[in-house]
Parts: sequence; C-alpha cells; structure tokens
Amino acid sequence: MFTQLAWRNIWRNPRRTAIILTAIFIGVFSMIIFAAFSRGMADGMVDNAIDNLVGHIKVQHPDYRSDPDISHRLPDPNAITAELKSLLPTGAKITPRIRVEGVVANARETAGVEIVGIHPGMEMGVSFIGDAPMDGRLIEDGDKNGIVMGAALADRFQTEVGKKLVLTTQQADGETGSRAFRIRGIYRSEIEATEKAYVFISYTAAEQLMGEKNCATEIAVTLPKEYRNGRLAPLVQKCRDALEPYHVSVNGWKDLMPAISAYLAMFDAFLYIWFVVVFIAMGFGIVNTVLMAVYERMREFGLLKAIGMRPSWIVRMVLGESFFLLAAGCAAGTICGMAVTYYYGHAGIDLGAFAQGVKMWGMSRVIFPAIEIGDVVAANAVVVVLGLVVSIYPAVKAARFTPVETMRQN
Amino acid sequence: MNAVTVSDVSKIYTQGDVKVMALNKVSLKVDAGEFVAIAGPSGSGKTTLLNLIGGLDSPDTGHISVNGKAFEKMSSGDLAELRLTQIGFVFQSYNLIPVFTAEENVEYILQLQGVGKKERKQRARAMLDDVGLEGKYDRKPSQLSGGQQQRVAVARSLVSNPTIILADEPTANLDSVNGESLLQTMREMNEKHNVTFIFSTHDAMVMEASKRLITMKDGAIAGDQVK
Repeated sequence: MFTQLAWRNIWRNPRRTAIILTAIFIGVFSMIIFAAFSRGMADGMVDNAIDNLVGHIKVQHPDYRSDPDISHRLPDPNAITAELKSLLPTGAKITPRIRVEGVVANARETAGVEIVGIHPGMEMGVSFIGDAPMDGRLIEDGDKNGIVMGAALADRFQTEVGKKLVLTTQQADGETGSRAFRIRGIYRSEIEATEKAYVFISYTAAEQLMGEKNCATEIAVTLPKEYRNGRLAPLVQKCRDALEPYHVSVNGWKDLMPAISAYLAMFDAFLYIWFVVVFIAMGFGIVNTVLMAVYERMREFGLLKAIGMRPSWIVRMVLGESFFLLAAGCAAGTICGMAVTYYYGHAGIDLGAFAQGVKMWGMSRVIFPAIEIGDVVAANAVVVVLGLVVSIYPAVKAARFTPVETMRQN
Repeated sequence: MNAVTVSDVSKIYTQGDVKVMALNKVSLKVDAGEFVAIAGPSGSGKTTLLNLIGGLDSPDTGHISVNGKAFEKMSSGDLAELRLTQIGFVFQSYNLIPVFTAEENVEYILQLQGVGKKERKQRARAMLDDVGLEGKYDRKPSQLSGGQQQRVAVARSLVSNPTIILADEPTANLDSVNGESLLQTMREMNEKHNVTFIFSTHDAMVMEASKRLITMKDGAIAGDQVK
C-alpha cells in the first residue's frame, strides 16, 4: 500500500507531475543523445586515425617510432607476417609497408612527404587508401612507376593524373636515391592533412627506390570488431611473446596513438561532468516539486503521524513518490533516447555543412551515434540516485511535521 | 486500571509575544469502556486535552498515562506505536487520505500494524459494514457525503482494535440526522467492543448521549458529571 499511496500521490496534481516528468525526460534524453553523439564522434575519430595507416596492431623495429628511418626496417618481414597469420583470429588483415620520409617535387613545387610503399590489394579494409575516393585509379601491385598523391597536395603542386613527380629519399645503404613517377591517381581523404602527408607507390617500387628487397618498416594489422577494444591487449601481448625472437616492437592502437587514448579518457570525464550539470538543473525542479507536494499535504502527514505512522515511514513514502517520478521520467527519456540513437546510428548525421571544421578536427563527415550501455546506466543512475538524494530534504521536512502543528495551521 | 490518567497537566501556547494558558493543572481519570464527552466553549482547552491524551503533544507540566503507560517515559517512537495499536482518532474534518478508497483508508492502518493482506481486507470491510457503509468500499472520500466520510474515519479508528477512541468534535461538520446516526454507531461500538470514547464537543446531542460529561472553562475542568 506504501507503493500504491506513493504512486497515486504523484498523480494528485497531474499538471505539476507532467511538468517535472517532462524535465526529467528531457534531461535523460539529452544525456543519452549527447553521450551517443559524442561516442559516435570519438569512434569516428578513432576509426579515422586507425584508418590513417595505423591499424589496430602494428609491428615495427623498436627504434622506428623515434627515428623513422629505413635503417630501422624489420628483420625478415615475410617470417613475421607468417607468424602473425598463425596467431591472429580469422578475419584479421595483415599488410607489410615500407614507410620513409622523403621529398616530392615537380617543376613548380617541392614538399616533404611520407613515402608509403604498399601492396594495394592488401590495403583494402586495412587503411583508407584501399578504398579512398580517387580521380584516376589506385596503383597496382608491381607498378614500378605509378604514384598516388592526395588532392590537397595535387592542388598545391597544380598537377593532375598522368603528370610526373620525382621522389627523393635516403636509400637503405645511406645514399640518396631519386626516381620519377607518373601520377596514376589523386585520392581524397576525410582529413586534409592526410592528403598533404602521404604519397603511395607500390611495394615493389618502394623496394627499388630503397635499393633493397624486402625492406618493410612496418606490418599493420586490422582486427575483426570484437577484438578492437577489450580483447586487444591480450592479443597484442600474445603477438609480443611470439615475436620476441625477432626483437621487434608490437603495439596496439592505444599505444600507437597516445593523444587519442588520452582524449578518450578525458572525454569520459567530460561526459560525467555533463551528466552532473544537467542533473543540477533538473535537481532544483525535483526539490521544488517534491517540496510543494509536501507542503500541500502537511495536514495529511500530521494525520498519518497521529494514526501511528513513524517518521521513517513518511520519509520512505515521500522518497517512494520521488522514485516513481524519477523512474518514469528516466524510462521515457531512455526509450526515446535509445530509439533516436538507434535511428541515427544507422542513418548517420551528416556534418557536411561544417566540413572544414570537421576535417580540421580529424572527425568523420558523417557521425554515427553509438550507444554504450555504461553511458545509459550512468545517466539513469545519476538522475535516480541524485534525485533521491535531493528528495531527502523535503522527505525529512514531511517527517518532522507534528500533528498538532499541522492541524492548527490548516 | 484507568484507561486514562491525567495529573496536574498544564500547557501554555505562545502566540507571538502572548502566552496562552491552554490547560491549567488539569487532573482527570477515565475508566475503560467509558463514553465521555468533554464540553466547553471554544478556547476552553478541550482539543488541547485530547491532543495530550493522544500523545500528539506534550504537557509543560504534569503527567499523563494511557493504559498504565506513562508518557514521560516513552520515546516518540513508543508514542507512535501506542497510537498505532491502542488509540484511535476521529477528527472534526475527517482527515481521510484522498487518493485512497474508503476500504483502503481503513485498511491502511492495519498495514502499518503489519496485518496480512487478506485479513486486512476482511477486517476493513467488516468494520465499514459495522458503521453502515456496506457496498461503499471502493468510493473515494470525494465520492462520499460528510457523514459517510466521518463514518469511514470512525471505522479507521476502530479497525485496529484500540482501547481508546479520541474524537475531536466528530459531529461538528455533520447535519443533525447524520450526527445522530454517527453518535448511535459510536455508542454501539462502545457497548459492543467496550472501547473507551472521549469526545470534545459543542454539540448538545453528543453531551446528551454521553455517559459522563466533563465541562471545561479557561483551561480547567469546571464540572464532571457521571450520568
């Protein structure tokens, strides 16, 4: 009957109840939507970064990251690739690359770039270049003269498909090597900086440019979705252990991109701060509503105490009323929030109108909001738990009314 | 054993800067099963006396005991327990819980006592039948007349089998027909269950129906007449 009484009490003033329910609904709805949008944005940034020649796991020479020089190439990349194939789950994609710093030039311009020698067929699903939108076409395996450059760099060089470029870099023997290439394609990327940073040639052409066969500087791996977060670290460790004889460095994407990892950790903190800020706004409404309901029913609380109801039971009853309000508002907010997120999680939100800003921040043009159950639980827990905490004040107030006082005041 | 003992009880209320002596060294004994009316003009201290006997308020001086239990030795929790199990209240303005039906209003006090659901329902309905509200179990207070609401209040006060009912001007808001009928019901309950009734009243009809009439004036007992 406590439950019954609490439930019926909240409907004694339907308009007031509707207003506070709407406030709770909007609060929880906005928390979930904001969390989902932010998660989608963060996922997009992570995916872009992983796509940007990082991958989920990367095998490199231990000194390559601090000094990306051809002298820090991998020992026996074929054997390492074979070892990885036996270690990694089905669906994992593995590709070796030769990445060195160099200079690209044409008759008009010169620019420092990263020269990336790839197996074009193996890059599909591993990095953006495998399926990047392109004028012209991607180089083919074994293409000795073909090169692909980014649209932003091509604009700067005022060049186009079919024109020539010259690459210059340090060769494996320490000498400077230079070769001419013909532009096969001009790719476009989500991020403008990427278009300016990388030029792609075939693995074979890179070997020739380096003057050495089989001189991969890294082996990149992308994993099936279920291995990308929680199950990544054990897998990385497994690879580290197995590749120990090769004296190579094996890292997961979180180690390879510490700035993004730090951003994600900071993002979690901001999200919870946002939850609390929304709650504070909502909390005043909750206290006000419950307090009004309590003062309107002073006489009734006096009566309940007169017939023998203990103060603790009155506190329980008022908190029960708050709980119903909070639970109903949270349920509605959660259902609608999840439904909207589910829809846009599939349809995506196109930020094309803010394309420049989006590119600058490394975000995807289309955001796919993503629900994390932890966020939904946290949003609801913040509202319900803090809602009950702030309701303690009016509840205690109700419990302190003395029957004689209330009867006299009314 | 006396159902109620009041010894040298005084109570002063402060209204702004003015102190009002609501009760002045009142002493009174009521035996179990009595049907007592406390009469007197407004401000004579009737309601204050009932509140003190019911443990709703505490005296400034003096002692009160109900069924041998001295209030001064009891905590507020003990007093709440005493009200829940041994004292029933009927108020002038009914004071029913508006969101509950008649049956639920009566049943609620039994739930506070921890009585099981089936027994609660049975006893609530039987008590509503006893006060003449057969078939009106599902009506909310707003769907009942003043007389009917006061009957529900009486049923609520009796359903927990208290030994004492304290009724503060129970007929004040009722017309004479309803007032008389309610009085008759309470009289029957007094005789049937040997429950002690103590009323505060202005109503001549209640005074007439009582078996003992205590008259109050200026916070003191001016007369005590057993009929």
